[in-house]
Amino acid sequence: MPQFLEHSMTSWRGQQVEHKQSIVDQFDPRARVLATVIFALTVVFSKTLWLPFLGLLMAFAFALSASLNFRRTLRRMIAMDMFIVVMVLMLPFTMSGDALFHVFGFAASKQGFIHAIGIALKANAVVLTLLSLVGTLEASTLGHTLARLKVPEKLVHLLLFTVRYLDVISREYKRMRKAMKARAFVPKNNLHTWRSFGYLVGMLLVRSLERSERIFDAMKCRGYCGKLYLFDTMQWQQRDTILLLSMASFAVFAIASGAYVA
Amino acid sequence: MTALIRMDQVSYSYPVRGMVLDQVDMSLFAGEKISLEGGNGAGKTTLLNILVGLNKPKSGGVFAFGRERKVETDFIEVRAKAGFLFQDPDDQLFCPTVLEDVAFGPLNQGKSPDEARQISIEVLDCLGMAGFEDRVTHQLSGGEKRLITLASVLAMKPEVLLLDEPSNALDKAARLRLIEVLQSLPQAMIIISHESTFLDALVTRRTRLERGKVLDL
Ligand SMILES: Nc1ncnc2c1ncn2[C@@H]1O[C@H](COP(=O)(O)OP(=O)(O)O)[C@@H](O)[C@H]1O
Ligand SMILES: [Mg+2]
Repeated sequence: MPQFLEHSMTSWRGQQVEHKQSIVDQFDPRARVLATVIFALTVVFSKTLWLPFLGLLMAFAFALSASLNFRRTLRRMIAMDMFIVVMVLMLPFTMSGDALFHVFGFAASKQGFIHAIGIALKANAVVLTLLSLVGTLEASTLGHTLARLKVPEKLVHLLLFTVRYLDVISREYKRMRKAMKARAFVPKNNLHTWRSFGYLVGMLLVRSLERSERIFDAMKCRGYCGKLYLFDTMQWQQRDTILLLSMASFAVFAIASGAYVA
Repeated sequence: MTALIRMDQVSYSYPVRGMVLDQVDMSLFAGEKISLEGGNGAGKTTLLNILVGLNKPKSGGVFAFGRERKVETDFIEVRAKAGFLFQDPDDQLFCPTVLEDVAFGPLNQGKSPDEARQISIEVLDCLGMAGFEDRVTHQLSGGEKRLITLASVLAMKPEVLLLDEPSNALDKAARLRLIEVLQSLPQAMIIISHESTFLDALVTRRTRLERGKVLDL
């Protein structure tokens, strides 16, 4: 496995990335999540190009007010845009319409091209907003927020346990990987390598399963009977209402301006 | 005087392995702090698991807080009265924040959220961990995790403490701090540990688990 892939698979720092306190952090997490949802729905269903473009501008504004780390954000955006680029290249050829130009006898359609640009704008606008308003929340806060927003309890618990134990499991992985390295294991493209990685993954699964049993035991020891209790200090303030109202008026404006009729 | 917790001729074996516990007798009386020593894989953790009903003995009986405990429902009360500190703090700290973790036990015991919060803050304060309430559990240091797990066990007001290698992987300062805390606690304890300095400072009686038997030292 290439070094950089291995790193991004097992390094979990998203939740402890410290970011500078910004205006965005003064808003209630619930308001931030809800605003993002409204924004995303408004932008995604648009049938015009100007609305996603406006959305992208707004997303830049959010990113600025969240004072996102420039390089980290760029890295994440590029990761997504890799997929988008492929799609933008493919769509003009797969959608029928007025031919714009030909490559090896395949016609690139104008409609496909416009559609692709629309998708690229929408994706970037939504992801950048997500990174600014929701990505700046600590992962466990996000869990609390979703619980407060009445997202099904099971999903919230799943998220919270994942956040809690991803790091533990990744430490376990690194420990085993180090033990392999210490015994002069160098990955090559041969059977030995693949078998060893198979053992590694298998061991990781077994250990995780055993750990989950121990965690459940620990929960039983403290009287667990099917319910987790969450404490938080969220407080809805006037500015949160204002944020939501402005998002809602953006949505109303989009509807009124006919962005959803083809 | 009757024992708080007693094991009577308990045997246990895992499916693929021979006898781990072989007709073990052991008892813990009020005010006692006893050590349980023994090599890796001797079955110390298994023994504590049996005391709180996480593993069920193949034969023999477990008596706790005045009566014999057999089935899962019997052990619910035992687990509330015997606080079990797990070997790996990561297994025990599963809530996102410290406050939630410490309050988890009291809430399960039927306390209101406000009461549970109050109890948790008191216990944290008592262990010198005031101000940790809103910290995220997985970002704590090893020593901090240990004390928080102890707090979450103590918050249930147990009569007995079962400590599985509490001083494991602690640095010297954290260990001294833990000794100090444990010395100040009135509960009867069974302490699994290999470290004689740690044990010398705490225990009133030493036992050793060897070849499936518990021996007095
Ligand atoms: N879930 C299990 N399945 C099978 N064998 C186990 C299991 N848990 C522990 N054992 C085995 O039982 C023995 C005792 O384990 P344990 O009580 O954890 O020892 P100790 O805590 O003294 O180090 C060990 O040899 C271990 O390999
Ligand atoms: Mg053990």
